[in-house]
Amino acid sequence: MSAIKGASVVIVGGGVTGLSAGWWLARDGVDVLVLEKGLIGWEASGRNGGGCSHHHSPLFAEEQRLWPLMDELLGYPTEFRGERVRLAASEHQMALYGRALRNAERQGFASEVLDVKQAKEMVPLAGGTIVGGYHYKFGGHANPHRTLQAYAWAMQDHGGRILQHTTVTGFRSEGGRVTIVETDRGSIGCDSLVLAAGPQTGRLSAMLGQEVPVQSARCEMIVTEPLPLMPLGGVDGCGLYGRQTLRGNLAYGGGPHEWLALAEQGTPAKPTTPLMLHIGKRLAELLPKAAHARIIRSWAGVIENTPDGRPVIDRLESQANVVVATLSSVGFGLSPASGHAIRDLMLDGACSFADISTFKLSRFAELEPNWRELQGWQVKAASEALAA
Amino acid sequence: MNIPASDPKSVTGKPLIIDEKVDVLIIGAGAAGLEAAIGAAARGFGVLLVDENPVPIRTMGDDVPLHFGQGMAANARNRNAMTEAFVASEPRIEEAFETGIDVRLGTACWGLYANGTALGWMPGLVAGLADEERSFLIEAKHVILACGRRDMGLGFPGWEKPGVMGATAALNLATRYGALGPRRVVVLGSGTEALTTALALRETGVAIAAIVEQAREAVGDAALLLSLRHGGTEILTGHVVREATGRESVEAALVAVLDETGRPVPDERGIACDGIVLAVGATPVIDLIDAAGCKVTFQPERGGYAPTLDAGQRTSIANVYAVGDCAGIWAAKTRDRTIAEAEAARAVAALGTAAADDQAERPPSPEYDISGYRLAWVRASVVEARTEFHVCQCEEVTAREILEVRPPRNLDWQSERRNDRSLSTLLGEGPPNPDQIKRLTRAGMGPCQGRRCREQIAALLALGAAQPLSAIPLAGYRAPTRPMPLSMTAPVPEAPQQAEHWDTWFGMHAQWVPFWEVPARYTVATNDATGPVASE
Repeated sequence: MSAIKGASVVIVGGGVTGLSAGWWLARDGVDVLVLEKGLIGWEASGRNGGGCSHHHSPLFAEEQRLWPLMDELLGYPTEFRGERVRLAASEHQMALYGRALRNAERQGFASEVLDVKQAKEMVPLAGGTIVGGYHYKFGGHANPHRTLQAYAWAMQDHGGRILQHTTVTGFRSEGGRVTIVETDRGSIGCDSLVLAAGPQTGRLSAMLGQEVPVQSARCEMIVTEPLPLMPLGGVDGCGLYGRQTLRGNLAYGGGPHEWLALAEQGTPAKPTTPLMLHIGKRLAELLPKAAHARIIRSWAGVIENTPDGRPVIDRLESQANVVVATLSSVGFGLSPASGHAIRDLMLDGACSFADISTFKLSRFAELEPNWRELQGWQVKAASEALAA
Repeated sequence: MNIPASDPKSVTGKPLIIDEKVDVLIIGAGAAGLEAAIGAAARGFGVLLVDENPVPIRTMGDDVPLHFGQGMAANARNRNAMTEAFVASEPRIEEAFETGIDVRLGTACWGLYANGTALGWMPGLVAGLADEERSFLIEAKHVILACGRRDMGLGFPGWEKPGVMGATAALNLATRYGALGPRRVVVLGSGTEALTTALALRETGVAIAAIVEQAREAVGDAALLLSLRHGGTEILTGHVVREATGRESVEAALVAVLDETGRPVPDERGIACDGIVLAVGATPVIDLIDAAGCKVTFQPERGGYAPTLDAGQRTSIANVYAVGDCAGIWAAKTRDRTIAEAEAARAVAALGTAAADDQAERPPSPEYDISGYRLAWVRASVVEARTEFHVCQCEEVTAREILEVRPPRNLDWQSERRNDRSLSTLLGEGPPNPDQIKRLTRAGMGPCQGRRCREQIAALLALGAAQPLSAIPLAGYRAPTRPMPLSMTAPVPEAPQQAEHWDTWFGMHAQWVPFWEVPARYTVATNDATGPVASE
């Protein structure tokens, strides 16, 4: 087995968070190596709704600043388009969705309340099922697949490296610092480590002496054949999230998730279910004039959540040179900002553009050990593999 | 003990509403499916036998489930006549009806779901079925897949013209329905599948103008070839189709000789025809099998990617069996339906018995190296094509765009930098993955669900990476394996307790608390999870 050249910063996880961090570090001239057990962006990072509008997050302002610049900064297309509409099928939904306005307004972002007529004008595929909606003059949506590859290529353009099909099996430390990442393809030396391994973050952080509490779940989406483009593709509502792609397909998700006991290593299976039908039914309610459109695929993703659903971007106490990051099931849209925060934490010791103290691991200091059980995150799937 | 309530947003406690339950669901009423249905009924099982045929003409027009290439004659519009013809052309359908089996024609299966490591929500084996009006769910104790075969697509300039079609589609239209449009065809390929197709088409009155084969020698049965030659068919080995010409539809195939390096020479000649039948690679229909999560591997002796099976035709998923062409295609099986029927009988005998360790008997070695053969076809026809054409017709992606991993043209991406990002920069440590290429170029992403292009794309990637076809991973299949209008999903009911919880992502109140209101510590006990929650 030939030795793999080490790097100043080794990043475990070729998802959107790890790749964005790698790009941010590489463009500052840092020697970066991303390790990915399978293919980059193959898990939740490439399987989400592509939304970029997270006004509850301390990363929101930076998310909003960066997205319109990403195509140019990366040098590859992300398919980002700004602004969103959220349609309500009931007064209950109308009230529920209104919170976004208050959050955004507090941070200086404008929105508009749409009556039925205005909503139908903005969303030509909408129909008689809606009672109104909101036009968020911020946020937007991008193509996850293309964005993931853009981060990877842009990072490589700055000299960063990626090793796919490389599984991390352990770590070696000296004096409270990780010095070697053990993989199925040999040992790799590092000065610092970023752990951004999605659902595997819990298991891998435990190996480093400080477990990031996470639990995985499976969620599903569907996509239709292309339809004529609406003026604004980021249309959510009726219990669904998603977008019309720039090609015209409607890509939407929602509905119940299933908590999983994740197998030790490797790429998890991502089966879909007949939930596809329930998503489809709601999509026809959200956009009745698209009811003739045919669903051509469904897919599932495996996503990790922390106990409170908020991100962790923090340095480990157990190892001085390790930054851990999980965006807790809301990582794609925030990725331009999360990578920046990881870069700052790694190079400067603190985030330069936002107060990310709510992302600290210390908030779980008093967390009940049986938190999964207490929150009812029961696992239904078979814990043993079927015949391979 | 205080048992905590389950997460209300999770699938726990949300029953899937099932329309019907059956002992044995059989998908496909061909030779193998019929034998399985009649055999299982004889063993006392309650059987539901579904077949998507006759496929509505609009669906045929979309090249689903086969590459019909608009080769349907006018009588394919008459649905009743199509149903009658379909039943009349296979006497055992009547036998199945008479046995009292619940046979439903015009009913497609678009999904098959089984619990596993990442799915525990299913009450058992669940199949999604659809007729022309609605979708519905069936729970089955056993599922026997008898989904048949389809054909590898093979592009050349003009291959999108009406009249260019897959061999299986042509054969079905001609022999099952008497509804094949073209009357004089050129057949590409000379394997036994190609030759038997040509002879069967000839039986129905279609003139076989020529057999075109890129290889130096024909690869199929010599006696079949001789029979075609005696009937006046030109046998053009070492040839390739350069273009399908014609105004509205195919009027001629321009063919050229291949030189020693496998490149077409400039001299071309036209062969008058109104159809070009693609018969270079008969492929098991494994869409449901793969989408369900059954183990599938590249098995040249079974015609390409096929399920791994034991001696009882069991797939890797408990109580799911594969029989007939979807379990593997080889020359003897193509010529003798009793081989498929014997597979069905083995599956029926295995119903309700424990799986044994014995593997399925290995079919005879192929007559030729199917990997090398299919790659040679794609090299001669697609790579050496004299003009660019769309390998993926739905998304209009050319071979060059696939190999250069170009963003789709609708993005109109103009970069100042020369972003030299071709296949080689994606390869990294592993073989090229067609799903990755699909995500970046959209090739294979359209409404035909990759039926016309997936084998060609795999071959292009193999050629680009200098790897055998077997090294290229299967582009994954996903439900619905038949395109399904959104409106057809509405009749499937949803558990009321599930319907309450759609307005939120994971249903976690804490997740959406704005950052300026987040408490310093999180514990389950102090977390306020009351009141409404909505995510963004």
